[in-house]
Amino acid sequence: MATETTTQTLRSPHLLGIKDLSAEEIQLIFSTADQFKDVLNRPIKKVPSLRDVTIANVFFENSTRTRLSFELAEKRLSADVVNFSSSSSSVKKGETLLDTVNNILAMKVDMVVMRHASPGAPHFLARHIGANVINAGDGTHEHPTQALLDTYSIYEKFGQVAGKKVVIVGDIMHSRVALSNIFALQKLGAEVMVCGPATLLPKYITELGIQVTLDLREALEWCDIANILRIQLERQQVKYFPSLREYSLYYGVNKRLLDSLNKSITVMHPGPINRGVELSSDVADSDQAIILDQVENGVAVRMSVLYLLASQIKKTD
Amino acid sequence: MQDRKCIIHAQLLDVMLHRLCHQLIENHAHFEETVLLGLQPRGIYFADRIQRRLKKILDKEIDKGYLDTTFHRDDFRRRDSPLTPSKTDVSFLIEDKNVILLDDVLYTGRSVRAALDAMVTFGRPRKVELMVLIDRKYTRHLPIEPDYVGRAVNTIDSQRVLVEWEEQNEEDGVWITSKATT
Repeated sequence: MATETTTQTLRSPHLLGIKDLSAEEIQLIFSTADQFKDVLNRPIKKVPSLRDVTIANVFFENSTRTRLSFELAEKRLSADVVNFSSSSSSVKKGETLLDTVNNILAMKVDMVVMRHASPGAPHFLARHIGANVINAGDGTHEHPTQALLDTYSIYEKFGQVAGKKVVIVGDIMHSRVALSNIFALQKLGAEVMVCGPATLLPKYITELGIQVTLDLREALEWCDIANILRIQLERQQVKYFPSLREYSLYYGVNKRLLDSLNKSITVMHPGPINRGVELSSDVADSDQAIILDQVENGVAVRMSVLYLLASQIKKTD
Repeated sequence: MQDRKCIIHAQLLDVMLHRLCHQLIENHAHFEETVLLGLQPRGIYFADRIQRRLKKILDKEIDKGYLDTTFHRDDFRRRDSPLTPSKTDVSFLIEDKNVILLDDVLYTGRSVRAALDAMVTFGRPRKVELMVLIDRKYTRHLPIEPDYVGRAVNTIDSQRVLVEWEEQNEEDGVWITSKATT
């Protein structure tokens, strides 16, 4: 699936958001991920490229799959890895973000993969520290590697992203995945629609040049691919819909609904799934879903990003 | 392109390929347990030619793969831009096989070192041999020497040896150029 690329490297030493990437840079990440996917299917799934690079996974917010995926990608590249979680750290004692990270960097760390609840936190960090920063999700802002693996999974299944119709369904307002996906899909030439209850659609959303609908059936009849998002109850301080049961009734994707369409669409979900709320189990586990492909591709795409960014760390000795 | 000197023309290259094939046949007879691995990016054309010619001589298909060494190189982070990986295509196990590594030019030996590293991710071969079309003598950084050589040449660091194949360009041939003109 390797593609012709004109760009040989990423312009920035950081990956803070999809907004900053060009289509050529995304294609470079994809074509490099192709080769890493090949590595991951070999008996020995490891290459020595980053054997002299140390990476800190700094997670100020809970995460299972993203942290595991990054850690596995780093280890497959032979990097040294340290993990930091705010729940068991001096952050609880009042230490600032910059102090925390500077302390980690003083231990000779080359790259920082950071998740933070505040939008813009990795941008702040990138301005103040000497290491490469990868945004592993900043609040409701961006989650660039998730968008890259999502679009890569579409690319892998269909051979191209351009011209595909993708609907993102659910909690758009609280989703960093939605924003990064919209940027990535648009840059690669896909048509994008968002669908969800009006209370979960941000006011500015139409300014991004995408279609909006409140009607799930209309969205599914329009699209080739439906990316179903998780209802992020932990980010909702007030109630945006009366009940999960009502949400599931109007915006839940189930087999009966998909079978009533005149076509077969591909279903994606960034995980973790609230089974029975936004997605029923018979869809999540069906052949129409490429959810586990997304997870597998996540490691290859993250290896690609780490490899391309690490190549910019020059040897000083 | 100035300073471009042809050192091996198409006809001579053809004779060299023929000789290399017969050297392989002397040591591997019917190739029951022998496979070919062309090194990306340019050794694959050499491997294609050798495989095609062996097929013509022996009337049998010999397993051939393409091996990319990018992720196993030791100069990552020492270059101005990252290396772009090529496709690795090895559809067979090399466990307990005789492996012939093929590359167009042997220079410092670092690519071959990386290839040995990359190769063992596909199994533990019984024996590994190295065949190169051009051996740039006296330029080695590592103690790596070929088992089969098309032609050994004396070159200096400011020169580059360029092997061109009909599949990529109009004609087969080997040229020496100055690095500045390539």
